[in-house]
Amino acid sequence: MLYAILCYHDEDTVGSWSKEQDAAVMTKLRVVQDKLTQQGRLGPVARLLPTTAATTLRKDDPPVVIDGPYAETKEQLLGFYLVDCKNLDEALDVARDLGKANPGGAYEIRPVGHFTPGSVPK
Amino acid sequence: MTDTAWIDNALTSARPQAVGALLRYFRNLDTAEEAFQNACLRALKSWPQNGPPRDPAAWLIMVGRNVAIDDIRRGRKQEPLPEDDHAISDTDDAEEQLAERLDGSHYRDDILRLLFICCHPDLPATQQIALALRIVSGLTVKQIARAFLVSEAAMEQRITRAKARVADADVPFETPGTVERTERLAAVAAMVYLIFNEGYSASGDTAEIRSPLCEEAIRLARLLLRLFQSEPEIMGLTALLLLQHARAAARFDADGAVILLDDQDRSRWNSKMIAEGLALIDKAMRHRRSGPYQIQAAIAALHARAEKPEDTDWTQIDLLYGALEIMQPSPVVTLNRAVAVSKVRGPEAALDMIEPLAARLSNYFHYFGVRGAFLMQLGRNEEARVAFDRAIALANTSAEAAHIRMHIDRLMRDSKPRGAKAGK
Repeated sequence: MLYAILCYHDEDTVGSWSKEQDAAVMTKLRVVQDKLTQQGRLGPVARLLPTTAATTLRKDDPPVVIDGPYAETKEQLLGFYLVDCKNLDEALDVARDLGKANPGGAYEIRPVGHFTPGSVPK
Repeated sequence: MTDTAWIDNALTSARPQAVGALLRYFRNLDTAEEAFQNACLRALKSWPQNGPPRDPAAWLIMVGRNVAIDDIRRGRKQEPLPEDDHAISDTDDAEEQLAERLDGSHYRDDILRLLFICCHPDLPATQQIALALRIVSGLTVKQIARAFLVSEAAMEQRITRAKARVADADVPFETPGTVERTERLAAVAAMVYLIFNEGYSASGDTAEIRSPLCEEAIRLARLLLRLFQSEPEIMGLTALLLLQHARAAARFDADGAVILLDDQDRSRWNSKMIAEGLALIDKAMRHRRSGPYQIQAAIAALHARAEKPEDTDWTQIDLLYGALEIMQPSPVVTLNRAVAVSKVRGPEAALDMIEPLAARLSNYFHYFGVRGAFLMQLGRNEEARVAFDRAIALANTSAEAAHIRMHIDRLMRDSKPRGAKAGK
């Protein structure tokens, strides 16, 4: 079974880490990640840019683009995509296409800051 | 020993919201600040035992308000911390209710008001900045004094004076209308940019001491952006600050001398900040409502996107400066544009462009530095030398002077014994 581990933290707190503090945390995390990688168990790891960089597409008819992260609480996170796009407009186009195939709910579009592809057996 | 760093972080990030709300209750800056201080003292006592509250800002507002009201009732300012923390045990149930009431829009105007008070037009820019750093960011007087390179006593006095002037000012506490909110936001954005520039314009030997100003400005810009998520100019401002600060590690050499953009080691640029800056510009452009911050950010982005200096899209930069000239006419903008023009159409055209600025920029270091560089490219070494001499005389920092001296040395080295320069 593949498990997704979604990371939640207070953005202000993490954002106020000094470069050294941030690097120290990353180093500690890498120890855990390296072990998993050696065991062939680590899939993609992504660190998202802050929510200020987020845009939300509400999959209404017609879809509505809203600046900022997805802020409602009445829907739940059900999945995610990683898509390579030239810019936000292109990412929004992809989201609109996906939305046509599956209306209702919303997509939050967040640029990825740091990414390691990883590998897990299918 | 328990790690209290998380408490410090939580108090710092809750500060603008909490002080802003307390100011709305008490309509007095000193009372609001004192109430916040008292709430922080109680947080330091309570949080390590009870864990962090769900909404630290709401907790601090609640406790700060209760304590201040108690104080006012008892008619005395100082009071030892109560033995049993009744003020705190009350809050658990009330916290949620309070958080409900203080919804996002309230917070938004509270924080904006708090920042706006600091940009009072009667205050000179340096006082505005100092006040904002003290009240909104919560930096200590010592930290601010250090960043401004003045004594603590001088900074204390500056802040006290600024506060007194603000206290006399008539600050409206009712919820601002749309137009008023837009005006406040513009004033506050300008102040955040001032804070940034105060740190960014540091010379090599002070850059490290002053860089917290840049970081604080970025934090405030992000705060504004979270409050005003659909404002393209706030996206632009945040992007601009991030893209400029991303170059911090590459801007000075080991001796503190300036390294020009073309000569910077681009691998030392902060790629995380650049990624965030580019993402924000991308977001802003979708709105098709251009503005000076967005344009400046777009220019910074073109530099950030170029892996090597020769990859820089100078044609686009020229166009962007042209747009900025129309929006915000200023000889300094034209001077910057001329640098782009020199790359696209050559130094002759660039020189023609800055010639008319001479009178208005006759005391501006960069004017003569840029002019000297154009003349040097044209082989007019004698004139270049005169311009560089003038630049040195006008240099604000020893690093600036040293940089120009380097050009002069190059001129001396390159110029032929008899100064043979046929081209004009």
